[in-house]
Amino acid sequence: MTNELDIFVGNTTLIDEDVYRLWLDGYSVSDAVGLRVRSGILEQTGATAGVLQSDTMDHYRTFHMLERLLHTPPKLLHQLVFQIPPSRQALLIERYYAFDEAFVREVLGKKLSKGTKKDLDDISTKTGVTLKSCRRQFDNFKRVFKVVEEMRGSLAGNIQQHFLLSDRLARDYAAVVFFANNRFETGKKKLQYLTFGDLAFCAELMIQNWTPGAVGEQPPDPPPYSQVDDMDVDLDKEFLQDLKELKVLVADKDLLDLHKSLVCTALRGKLSVFPEMEANFKNLSRGLVNIASKLTHTKDVRDLFVDLVEKFIEPCRSDRWPLNDVRLFLNQYSASVHSLDGFRHQALWDRYMVTLRSCLLRMYHD
Amino acid sequence: MPGKLKVKIVAGRHLPVMDRASDLTDAFVEVKFGNMTFKTDVYHKSLNPQWNSEWFKFEVDDEDLQDEPLQITVLDHDTYSANDAIGKVYIDIDPLLYSEAATVISGWFPIYDTIHGIRGEINVVVKVDLFNDLNRFRQSSCGVKFFCTTSIPKCYRAVIIHGFVEELVVNEDPEYQWIDRIRTPRASNEARQRLISLMSGELQRKIGLKVLEMRGNAVVGYLQCFDLEGESGLVVRAIGTACTLDKLSSTAAFLPACNSPSKEMKEIPFNEDPNPNTHSSGPSTPLKNQTYSFSPSKSYSRQSSSSDTDLSLTPKTAPYPQGPRIFLCPSSPSLSSGSPHLKKSCLLSESSLTPHHSSHISPVVLRKSVSFSEELLLAASGMGSGSAGKEGGPFKALLRQQTQSALEQREFPFFTLTAFPPGFLVHVGGVVSARSVKLLDRIHNPDEPETRDAWWAEIRQEIKSHAKALGCHAVVGYSESTSICEEVCILSASGTAAVLNPRFLQDGTVEGCLEQRQEENLPAGCGFCHIPYDELNMPFPAHLTYCYSCRKQKVPDVLFTTIDLPTDATVIGKGCLIQARLCRLKKKAQAEANATAISNLLPFMEYEVHTQLMNKLKLKGMNALFGLRIQITVGENMLMGLASATGVYLTALPTPGGIQIAGKTPNDGSYEQHISHMQKKINDTIAKNKELYEINPPEIPEEIIGSPIPEPRQRSRLLRSQSESSDEVIELDLSHGKKDAFVLEIDDTDAMEDVHSLLTDVPPPSGFYSCNTEIMPGINNWTSEIQMFTSVRVSRLSNINLTNQTLNKNFNDLCENLLKSLYFKLRSMIPCCLCHVNFTVSLPEDELIQVTVTAVAITFDKHQAVQTTKTHVEKSLQRASTDNEELLQFPLELCTDSLGSHPFSPAKEHLESASSNSGIPAAQRATSIDYSSFADRCNSWIELIKLKAQTIRRGSIKTTVSVEKASPLTEGHFRQRSAPACANSTVGVVKMTPLSFIPGAKITKYLGIINMFFIRETTSLREEGGVSGFLHAFIAEVFAMVRAHVAALGGNAVVSYIMKQCVFMENPNKNQAQCLINVSGDAVIFVRESELEIISTQQPIASCQPACGGGEIAT
Repeated sequence: MTNELDIFVGNTTLIDEDVYRLWLDGYSVSDAVGLRVRSGILEQTGATAGVLQSDTMDHYRTFHMLERLLHTPPKLLHQLVFQIPPSRQALLIERYYAFDEAFVREVLGKKLSKGTKKDLDDISTKTGVTLKSCRRQFDNFKRVFKVVEEMRGSLAGNIQQHFLLSDRLARDYAAVVFFANNRFETGKKKLQYLTFGDLAFCAELMIQNWTPGAVGEQPPDPPPYSQVDDMDVDLDKEFLQDLKELKVLVADKDLLDLHKSLVCTALRGKLSVFPEMEANFKNLSRGLVNIASKLTHTKDVRDLFVDLVEKFIEPCRSDRWPLNDVRLFLNQYSASVHSLDGFRHQALWDRYMVTLRSCLLRMYHD
Repeated sequence: MPGKLKVKIVAGRHLPVMDRASDLTDAFVEVKFGNMTFKTDVYHKSLNPQWNSEWFKFEVDDEDLQDEPLQITVLDHDTYSANDAIGKVYIDIDPLLYSEAATVISGWFPIYDTIHGIRGEINVVVKVDLFNDLNRFRQSSCGVKFFCTTSIPKCYRAVIIHGFVEELVVNEDPEYQWIDRIRTPRASNEARQRLISLMSGELQRKIGLKVLEMRGNAVVGYLQCFDLEGESGLVVRAIGTACTLDKLSSTAAFLPACNSPSKEMKEIPFNEDPNPNTHSSGPSTPLKNQTYSFSPSKSYSRQSSSSDTDLSLTPKTAPYPQGPRIFLCPSSPSLSSGSPHLKKSCLLSESSLTPHHSSHISPVVLRKSVSFSEELLLAASGMGSGSAGKEGGPFKALLRQQTQSALEQREFPFFTLTAFPPGFLVHVGGVVSARSVKLLDRIHNPDEPETRDAWWAEIRQEIKSHAKALGCHAVVGYSESTSICEEVCILSASGTAAVLNPRFLQDGTVEGCLEQRQEENLPAGCGFCHIPYDELNMPFPAHLTYCYSCRKQKVPDVLFTTIDLPTDATVIGKGCLIQARLCRLKKKAQAEANATAISNLLPFMEYEVHTQLMNKLKLKGMNALFGLRIQITVGENMLMGLASATGVYLTALPTPGGIQIAGKTPNDGSYEQHISHMQKKINDTIAKNKELYEINPPEIPEEIIGSPIPEPRQRSRLLRSQSESSDEVIELDLSHGKKDAFVLEIDDTDAMEDVHSLLTDVPPPSGFYSCNTEIMPGINNWTSEIQMFTSVRVSRLSNINLTNQTLNKNFNDLCENLLKSLYFKLRSMIPCCLCHVNFTVSLPEDELIQVTVTAVAITFDKHQAVQTTKTHVEKSLQRASTDNEELLQFPLELCTDSLGSHPFSPAKEHLESASSNSGIPAAQRATSIDYSSFADRCNSWIELIKLKAQTIRRGSIKTTVSVEKASPLTEGHFRQRSAPACANSTVGVVKMTPLSFIPGAKITKYLGIINMFFIRETTSLREEGGVSGFLHAFIAEVFAMVRAHVAALGGNAVVSYIMKQCVFMENPNKNQAQCLINVSGDAVIFVRESELEIISTQQPIASCQPACGGGEIAT
């Protein structure tokens, strides 16, 4: 005797969080049943395998039906078919949009296109995340990207409003969208040590300081159909253009020497790696300023993180700078510029360096 | 009384994309009522159109208002081709037709399409202006209230309970009309939905007319069913109980209120018989004849009724002269109880026993009867059944005669109610049921549904005569059902024979005071158990003892009923769901032969179902069944029987004996061993069950009971205690000698199977209880978390070598596994109880069995249970002591006994619950704990979502989430607290429950009946997730539509919800499936008791009166 049909429908939709997780993780029904059996649930509840199978199937079916709504979370709130308490709705949404660290590191900065989608197979084998789950996460990225891409206003705010995510998760998504839009290279081997948290941190700072939205809150009356439509997603073109002006800091030999002497005077005796710093100052400064001046090229924007690691982090790391010394150096390095009389772009320098300094400090670890 | 119906179409949302090119829709709406149609403008290129239409006004007859549904169709405008339908909404405007219910229907309705399901929502406002009209010959019955609830609705008081109303209408099924060959499935489904909507409107109107004729103003326990007879047509039939209800206003005193309506009503029952017969003609003797005659003569019943009228008309003055007269009226009723057809219908007792009566009369009883002046009837009735022998006869006769007064004038003294105002139910006889097998033929003239009417009349007549044979004049908890397979139809009716207090049936003026008296006079809530029939002339063999509560009157050893447990009944321990399941193979046959084969099988099935029930009841150590429902389903090649009931231990009935197994071949040694092994297993099970359900009746020394009942000689060799565990006190053994063990004879493998199957029923996991009645006996401390659900399973039988045994086993497994699944799914609600568990079986195809279950899980508080059980015991102690003044010894004994051995001493309970708390399997706790950590994270944006919701909804209250996440273990509290938060959300929460009440809340208003019929069809079954996906989605949609209608009426719950039909057909080869669902319930507004307190402090509300106390304990 086999059950052809087996369903359970509650007036309040039953959500089993454990099964939801298994479903999100992309396990098939039989795998999920196997995992649940191994969790010892049968012994605890005295249920049979058949009961567990039926229960799992039922939950999977429910989730499958809910998935359509989860694609546009506000619909989940307004729909009438599934009666779900708000706290549960929030949980469903949050978990659905949560992503795996391993997975996000693979696709961060990649174009969210069909081409990337084809690579999901490899990503799945590489990360150990099931293909199903990879697809869901990728589709989530893509969906969020599509919705907020063209929107004005705060990126994280937009995401939160349209996907009802928690503050934290919305900011993570903002980072994902920002990376995807600017196509920052994050996959190089030398960047592998960076966590998603590091990169998201950097993205957040860049969104705050380097995008057109960062200048003022919003222009009082937005210029109709101007190219500055994407307030938070693209870097501020004007700003990037201006960054060329910083080149003078390394191009003008006097200015560079003066800068160096200012920094060295201030840090003498305070750094354990002072000699190395003194020796490397010009290289480091050249590296940081050159990165800034090249950002007008899309290609160089993409390589921003590679450059930062190559030009700054790796040299420091090879000389075994302690983090604190890096902090002291960067503080002094950016502060000293204010004492350079011949340098006129103080505000620009600050806009660049405040963000860069925080990013570098965050990225400076093994 | 014409009326003006006004409809406004406000907006739509979440519409489907109808234009692939633009990914948008050009939607407009057609509003149709009767033959009139209005249209809105086309709202171009939007999935969220804002029509904001004018008011569409329909000026219509009230007859149409009742019959017709408002039909709203959403379409996509297409310039070049025909407009595409998106979907429809049918709105039943009946709730707007009576003043006390809803005044406006306004809200978001799911747009439903029979092929695609729900496709977006539409916001509609509907109003009705009614003009008063006093046309005597009107065809409409606006203003009659309908309730599905099978008790007096909570905020009403019954002034008069008039009685049975029934009606049926027939039509051709559109699915089988010739035109169906050429129209689309959608058109066919819609034609069907519309027709059924029309028919049920018409049916309701006709029933309403009957109620008005009876001068009632409401129908309670309204049950409407569809019979899809296929080729031969479509029958919509309904039964209900006509009442005159009085709204309980919060401040007004109820006594004057109940006077006014009853005044005009009073004449009705009496005016019908203008012949003022005297009752001097020796009322008892002829009545006897009449009572036991199987075809009651109409003329006679009139005569008797008239004589009764006199008696009951003057209740206050008559009793003194009449009281003694009863004794002087000697009658020797003689009935040789050999009613052959009773065997299959009277489910009362199995143990055959020739009753010997003692000639001993208790003087107390006599005294009592004299001292009660106004309560003549009750006293008389009590005495009638209590005092054995000759005197019993006349008393009963008189009682019957009197109480028949209000009933006999009616054709069928039936009541669809299952719970009653206190004092209404005097005695319960037992279950009466009747079935008949009919061959369906085409209904030629829909306007004359005579055949169907005649069929039901026949069955009801039989039920009535069964009830009379049980010495009862009424049938309560009455219901009717059908099972159809091809052209064969089984009609079934069942109910509980009962003796009722006539006053409720006529006038309610004295009700208030009456109730109080009854409270005082009725001893220990055992009155309803006392036999109503004559001990000498029992209609069937039964084993009688003196009532274990009052010790004065006779009670049977077991009691089966179809009603809910009366609120005043005293029970020991908890109840449990008891099911009997049975399959019988049948040869495939045509027409007559088929019908004959089925009718031949029926009595055997009834018998076996009954035996199973009895065995299982004994195995549980209980002695009574409530809410018994036996369903017999017919299929092509088999019959299925499924009986569900709630077993309890009634204090008034004797302790059940155990089950004794007797083998047929005692000389075989190994066989003997096997038997004794089985016996041991059975004994162990009984002992375990007693512990599980906390059945520990106080032991009563035999001398007090007296031994009026001699032992049956044929069973004397088997008298051995089976039920008690050995470590109990010695005096118990004395009493065991008197108990009759129930004998199972194992004479062949069949019987062996039966015994095995008895033992396969697994008790629910700890923390779970289940029952099919409204409330679980023994639990009354419900917390507010409820979860209503429907579960459906369809199982395919393997075709090879089907035997009755394998079939039985399969069916048994199917039901048991289904229950196990339910327990597993709802494990997070522990401790909880599944209430109103309603199983339905159907056989859609040859090898398919479909089981549908609807029930509600309610959580309860384990700790409070201690107190309530304690007070319960105390109460029964008190009662016992007041009732047994002369037996001082007894209460003392009871006292020590119960206190000493009661397992629920508070300390112990504490320990138990503590251990069970920590003992909750990690899997259950893990989820909630997990959640709490998660809640931290979610916290902020839960707030955010709420804030967003608040901006849309005005007058919302901000709730703090921080409280909620604090206690992961008390999920119940969590939900309870978050309930107001849910209300803030844009979609208000609507609770659904098959019960008539909502735990922890008070129903403040009934908004009208919900009665909906949906068809869903698919031609892409695989794409929709197979049969399971299809039906799962459909049922979820049905729930959604019910909730939306309730919300639009302004309600927040559906009570007495029932899924009456769920017909599922599939054709996997064609990738097709179709399903029909019919649901009904009462839309209500409820207020949480905690909120109510706040209100009441501001504005004192008069406490609820006992009249509305049907389920008062539970709320």
